[in-house]
Amino acid sequence: MVRHQCACKILQPTNTSPDTIAGGGCFDAEETGRKTIGGCMKDSGEDRCSGKGRCGNCGGKTAGTFGPCVLSQLSQSGVEMKGWTESKFLLSCNKNPLCWVTELHHPGEGGKTAGGNSANTTKSAKPAPQKKDNSSVAASERKGGDRQTDKDRKKDVPHPRMQFDDENRVEKAKKRSVVKQAEARNRVELFRHLPQYEHGARLTDLESKFFQLGPVHPAVYKVGFRYLTGDISGGNARCIAMLQAFQESIKDYSTPPEKTLIRDLTSKINCYVSFLIECRPLSISMGNAIRFLKRRITSLPLNLSESEAITSLVSDIDRFINEKIILADNVIVKHAVTKIRDGDVLLTYASSSAVEMLLLHAHELGKRFRVVIVDSRPKLEGKMLLRRLVGKGISCTYTHINAVSYVMHEVTRVFLGASSVLANGTVYSRVGTACVAMVAHQFRVPVLICCEAYKFHERVQLDSICCNELGDAEMVSRVTGREDINSLDGWTSSENLQPLNLLYDATPSDYVSMIITDYGMIPPTSVPVIVREYGREYLLI
Amino acid sequence: MPDVHSLVNEFVIKLQKRQIEGSKTTAKLTAELLRSFISQLRLPHSNQAGALIDAVKEVGEKLITAKPVELAVGNVVRRVLHIIREEDLSITNAAVGGLNLASESDDDDGNDEYDHPVLSASAVAAAARSALRPPSLQTLLDDMPHSAANPHTSSSGGDSEGKSKSADSLRRKLKHDVIEAVNELIQEISTCHEQIAEQAVEHIHHNEVILTLGSSQTVKEFLLAAKEKNRSFRVFVAEGAPRYQGHAFAKELASSGLQTTVITDSAVFAMISHVNMVIVGAHAVMANGGVIAPVGLNMVALAAKRHAVPFVVLAGVHKLCPLYPHNPEVLLNELKSPSELLDFGEFSDCLDFGSGSGSPLIHVVNPAFDYVPPDLVSLFITDTGGHNPSYIYRLIADFYSPDDLVVRRKSAS
Repeated sequence: MVRHQCACKILQPTNTSPDTIAGGGCFDAEETGRKTIGGCMKDSGEDRCSGKGRCGNCGGKTAGTFGPCVLSQLSQSGVEMKGWTESKFLLSCNKNPLCWVTELHHPGEGGKTAGGNSANTTKSAKPAPQKKDNSSVAASERKGGDRQTDKDRKKDVPHPRMQFDDENRVEKAKKRSVVKQAEARNRVELFRHLPQYEHGARLTDLESKFFQLGPVHPAVYKVGFRYLTGDISGGNARCIAMLQAFQESIKDYSTPPEKTLIRDLTSKINCYVSFLIECRPLSISMGNAIRFLKRRITSLPLNLSESEAITSLVSDIDRFINEKIILADNVIVKHAVTKIRDGDVLLTYASSSAVEMLLLHAHELGKRFRVVIVDSRPKLEGKMLLRRLVGKGISCTYTHINAVSYVMHEVTRVFLGASSVLANGTVYSRVGTACVAMVAHQFRVPVLICCEAYKFHERVQLDSICCNELGDAEMVSRVTGREDINSLDGWTSSENLQPLNLLYDATPSDYVSMIITDYGMIPPTSVPVIVREYGREYLLI
Repeated sequence: MPDVHSLVNEFVIKLQKRQIEGSKTTAKLTAELLRSFISQLRLPHSNQAGALIDAVKEVGEKLITAKPVELAVGNVVRRVLHIIREEDLSITNAAVGGLNLASESDDDDGNDEYDHPVLSASAVAAAARSALRPPSLQTLLDDMPHSAANPHTSSSGGDSEGKSKSADSLRRKLKHDVIEAVNELIQEISTCHEQIAEQAVEHIHHNEVILTLGSSQTVKEFLLAAKEKNRSFRVFVAEGAPRYQGHAFAKELASSGLQTTVITDSAVFAMISHVNMVIVGAHAVMANGGVIAPVGLNMVALAAKRHAVPFVVLAGVHKLCPLYPHNPEVLLNELKSPSELLDFGEFSDCLDFGSGSGSPLIHVVNPAFDYVPPDLVSLFITDTGGHNPSYIYRLIADFYSPDDLVVRRKSAS
């Protein structure tokens, strides 16, 4: 029997004996005692350990989760386990609940391994690195709602996102990526865990690949390209564009032979999602929409024909867009317009689609009010909002974020948009929102957030550093329209100088007076309630 | 003197046209102007100090009204006035002291011996009064020149030639002393950065993260002085829209070897939780400890307060203004051109308030300064050391006289 050590060191025997085999296999009830070597990829001939195993029996990939002690289970199921001592835990395959990989010591033979049964996959006492790739996030999220309740509970714990300060993961992701990423120079230490790539190089690279991107549907490619250039920006717009692109690709979908529709479509969607992530990291609203789509796919009844399944999915997507975004916006505007009185001075920051709809609607209703638009670099989205409002006939005051303390003394209400609202009430929104909310709080001006409910998320966040998005650093160093400001030209040559372009920030919940959603007007503390009560709705649509 | 008056007018025009920027430059130029003005002045025989003060007040009023927002001009004028009063007082005290000494020497006339005690007593009393109650310099000025003149006339030993000689020397002495003191003032203004930078080592330690906004010469020297002493720290520079002086500032810091990160102003709240200290410069410091600072610093100060990050303001003493601010956001502020924020081209019909064409109106707000209230400031670092905002009012008494707060020429009194 070949004896060697697992290179991934996950299955390292605790006593570091070199004779232990990393192995495992399927333990079907009928095949008592049969052991096939599985587990570490090294056994299967690949020279690289992925940290996940491959079930020796069914060949499915294991997820890297650890399971409980198996010794008792094995002896209970009647397997001859005399003399085996258990030293480590299990890796288990996603597909087959009976598949697992483990490592057991046999004191007699110095380290044979045996298979074992694993029905549950709960986390072990020693938490292994749970860092998953985005595609496997999708796979594990799709474990299906038909497991036990405690598994459901565990599933509700959101999976940590890919951390970019882990070298191994970054290397693997790079190998798998479609778009060539050139890491930005002069990276800021504090943000090592976030991806930062050079913008210009990606654009040209993607352009050249247009006719070569086999696995990626052209509609998805187009949308990804528009994200990269910044053509589409804003939570709702990006979400709608992405869903429509998925719709196109589903319409054109046909199941290849020897594959099931559900699995193949899911893997295709995963592939598209990773492509979109490479173009621009997903917003939280997009993440929720993708979760919805995947749940709809997996909950398709198996007896549907392909065309029926496709039409059902297409109509589901339409319903999602309509109910969760468009109608939700209408409801929000209807609620929020009651908070605007004649003579009000309303302040808004950057450009939010919900707030813009609100202002236009209030103007149509004939309310008399003034708008103060606060804008900031580098996106200067407020200018476009200004153009649109002025085009519709609303008088505005325009200023930059530094002057917000100057204008705040005459403001009566502040309306802000959000990219997402997190479970602890923190508002995750365009960078600068926190500053505006803080100054408004100082001047005792109520702050109202207009946010659709599909953007709520069960994640929590305390500050703006642990999870954020880094934009193109070049946009900070160059000031559009002011060519005389060129001190930062050539910043790449100076290793001490790093421009930082943060895109989002987290506003603490005590600065927010009220959140206006399609479920009504709620305080920030009620957000996790909405997530809990109405989050299941996705499944019932 | 036409020469000096033309200089003054030139300076006034430069101030009005905003050709002089920066409180340090303005303060230095004002002090130099006042020095040349004083040196060219011809003083009368009696009540010299009063005459000097009146003349300086006249010029000062012109300078202050040229650019009221530039508080450094007023500060320097008031400093010079205070210098005049102080020099006058010290000359009187010296004369009194001289009297006492003279009364003890044997070379004096019998006349002097006879006269001195009487006069010296009154002079001493006057001097004592002035020492005990500095605010009532008003009364002192009315009395002192007479009492100042008398001892000198008597000390000359009753000789008329001697009298005029000493009167001349007295006159020249006052002007001389004042000009010397103004030179010291100019010196102090020029070297304020070094004095402040010397204190950098006490406040910046290893592995600190410092946040600043815009560009300030004082802050730059402060940080570089700490760097000289081999303190390794990182700096976040907020760019300071709409002037974007933060860019050039960051470039300078990076080229001197400091790890610098340029952030946008909107990212200040996001980054401030990872910052140890906020160090900024000021345009002016008011008597209540409030700060007139470049726009955006009130936001930074609020964020710093929220995260309990010390907010340190570096200011030379020439920026210290003896006035208390009332509605400073409006009265001590300048609104700059909207072209820094918007292109005129695309919104030209909306920006024209006089057109009456019915298109909606855009009002662009671009203030240059922000007021930071004293409760948001943790520490002031000046050339005289570190101070709490609540101590600033006390510093005023060291540098300014309360009679000079309103710089207006005494109308025919």
